[in-house]
Amino acid sequence: MGAIGNILFSGVGGQGILLASEITAYALLSAGYDAKKSEVHGMAQRGGSVTAQLRYGDKVYSPLIEPGKADILISFEMMEAARYLPYLHKESKVIVNTQQIKPPSVAMGQVAYPENVLDAITSLGIQVVTVDAFDIARDAGEVKAANVVMVGAMSNFLPMAVDVYENIINTRVPERFREVNLKAFSAGRQISS
Amino acid sequence: MSGNEAIALAAYEAGVKVASGYPGTPSTEIMENLSRYEGVYTEWAPNEKVGLEVAIGASFAGVRALATMKHVGVNVAADPLFTASYTGCRGGLVVITADDPEMHSSQNEQDNRNYAYAAKLPMLEPSDPSEAKTLLKEAFELSESLDTPVLFRITTRVAHVKGVVNKGEMKTSAATCGIEKMPAKFVMLPGNARNRRKVVEERMGELRKIAETDAYNRVEAGDTKRGFITGGVSYLYVKEAFPEAAVLKLGMSWPLPEEKIKAFAATVDELFVVEELDPFLEHHIKSMGVTCRGKDCIPNQGELNTAIVRNSIDADSVPELFAAPDLPMRPPNMCAGCPHRGVFFNLSKMKDVFVSGDIGCYTLGFLPPLSAMDSCVCMGASVTIAHGMAKALGDEGKGKLVSVIGDSTFIHTGINGLINSVYNNSASVLIILDNRITAMTGQQNNPASGCNIKGEPANSINLEELCRAVGVKHVEEVNPHDISACRTALKTALERDEMSVVISRAPCVLIPEMKKAQHIPYLTTTEKCSGCKACVQLGCPAISWTPLTPEEAEALGYKKKQKGFAVITEVQCNGCGQCAALCKFEAINRKGE
Repeated sequence: MGAIGNILFSGVGGQGILLASEITAYALLSAGYDAKKSEVHGMAQRGGSVTAQLRYGDKVYSPLIEPGKADILISFEMMEAARYLPYLHKESKVIVNTQQIKPPSVAMGQVAYPENVLDAITSLGIQVVTVDAFDIARDAGEVKAANVVMVGAMSNFLPMAVDVYENIINTRVPERFREVNLKAFSAGRQISS
Repeated sequence: MSGNEAIALAAYEAGVKVASGYPGTPSTEIMENLSRYEGVYTEWAPNEKVGLEVAIGASFAGVRALATMKHVGVNVAADPLFTASYTGCRGGLVVITADDPEMHSSQNEQDNRNYAYAAKLPMLEPSDPSEAKTLLKEAFELSESLDTPVLFRITTRVAHVKGVVNKGEMKTSAATCGIEKMPAKFVMLPGNARNRRKVVEERMGELRKIAETDAYNRVEAGDTKRGFITGGVSYLYVKEAFPEAAVLKLGMSWPLPEEKIKAFAATVDELFVVEELDPFLEHHIKSMGVTCRGKDCIPNQGELNTAIVRNSIDADSVPELFAAPDLPMRPPNMCAGCPHRGVFFNLSKMKDVFVSGDIGCYTLGFLPPLSAMDSCVCMGASVTIAHGMAKALGDEGKGKLVSVIGDSTFIHTGINGLINSVYNNSASVLIILDNRITAMTGQQNNPASGCNIKGEPANSINLEELCRAVGVKHVEEVNPHDISACRTALKTALERDEMSVVISRAPCVLIPEMKKAQHIPYLTTTEKCSGCKACVQLGCPAISWTPLTPEEAEALGYKKKQKGFAVITEVQCNGCGQCAALCKFEAINRKGE
């Protein structure tokens, strides 16, 4: 069995994690990998913590990433990156959107949003790339494209060329959002290159 | 594509003509996807029993038919299921049960393989989307060749896993569509049923023979020091945890291939049975006199994964992991602008009232800060449990019992409960949260939506007239975004000495019309905010609290003792106005006003 790559997507319901993982999965498939992706629908999507798990290689059996085996963690929200620390190993790459979304207990003023929350990861020597995906997406013309900015930022850590992603965006994204998503991807890719 | 998309494609390629189901995670996308194929009639039924009976009817008319539901839906459909086992079918009939180990979006994690045993039906169980497609098509062939409904079990990690799936050939049913009267087979009076009972046993014998072939159950040769019997998604975890080991992979979970299992067991030094939830295979394998290990080391609760399977069997392989930091939890929440919030906010202020809840988005009314739900058991149980409590409590329960149910759940199994409450003279209040849609599962239309599964115009139930028709004298409609009108309506209903209904009516913010609509958001004039937190108590995700130190408060021109102020995030606000109604300081106003 060949090596398997594991990408864990995390964030908050409604941030476009499913589309981001979809684009990445199609890119991996068009590069000739086998891939499996696991999502959770239903109750968790109502503003709760959400993950998608993507695994790729010559032949993938399990759709789930084992704790300690995620090679890339791409988090669409700051605190949600730290939440999945048990999935990381020393050589993991972490790509984090700097956006902070307050969970209910913080929004109600019961507890504070944890300060320097990424220190929990960087203090272990794990590489963290921060991306101001919200601002970059706004500059690209659509704040909702923050998820594609993140895919762009992650693309530097994956073996596919830019045109593979562009083809996927051109074929999978509705026409009226294509241009802004291509711009968002390209802007994201420049961040971490 | 996902397992559910693969199943829809397989149903289409298998020539299914009629499919009926009730939405339920993780089954919902099967029917949604199937509804997009030409030549297949699909529908949302009011509940799973109705859906299965529709599929049985289509099968009796000689076409291939499919019923889809989540695991707990099979409980609702169990009545027709057990007798359909006796009648058999004409057109192929497959019933999909989508189980939810780990309860990602469910109230229990029952293992529906037990239904196959109890109803004497074959059960097929794929491991991934690609196999789901292959096996579902075979399920229809099996159903017609052995004259049996076939149970098809998937779990969340098959339904919502995406993998590579290939398109295949179109198949056709061996049956011919048309009316054919077969009373000895279709009329299950005791005399006929006793005869069919024998047929069921003969059929189980045939199925056992088929189970012994390689069609569904195969041995994958490997290291025989440890052998594994497994099926469903657990097979994938075994293949990753122990890639070299010999495996007997079961694609048919019932009946089991006894000879094959005994032969496989004889070739391995130590036999492990790896399965999620109940020791279903393990018990039956042990009853064959085969020695094996299973639930003595592998958990019988929750989902498995590769790490759990490996570490349960090789305890010394447990790796050290980074510890999770202590972070605030992020539970799901009702959306900004959700109409349910107005009702639960009012209920949260009625501390003496017992709120009997039901299954849907509004079950989130249980969570803080609203914390306004005191029970939730199953679909339709809100009104019935309140009635039972009313009868038990007598005078003590007067004015204190409220049940809360969504429009879709009310139609599912709430109506019978309401009839009972009226007939047996309950004195409680039923609140029907009518948001025009089955929301939790992803906005499916229902009989009160005015649209069918394809979004085409359809007949719509008038809930108010329905309640009056079953005998409710006091039915009041209220706009839940109008907090004080909602409170008055609840208080008026609670004062009555008879069963009464309040219909809370406002559309879900996630339905397409609402998403397209231009909502004018509300904004905070922060300098007017007194820090009273009245709006914060709504628990709306668009409202957040900014804490202040006394120095910060003073610098911003607030009184020194003000602990902070509330802010509305404009892009998140859907303009419902509930918070503005609660603000006594005019700090929240509609944008532009």
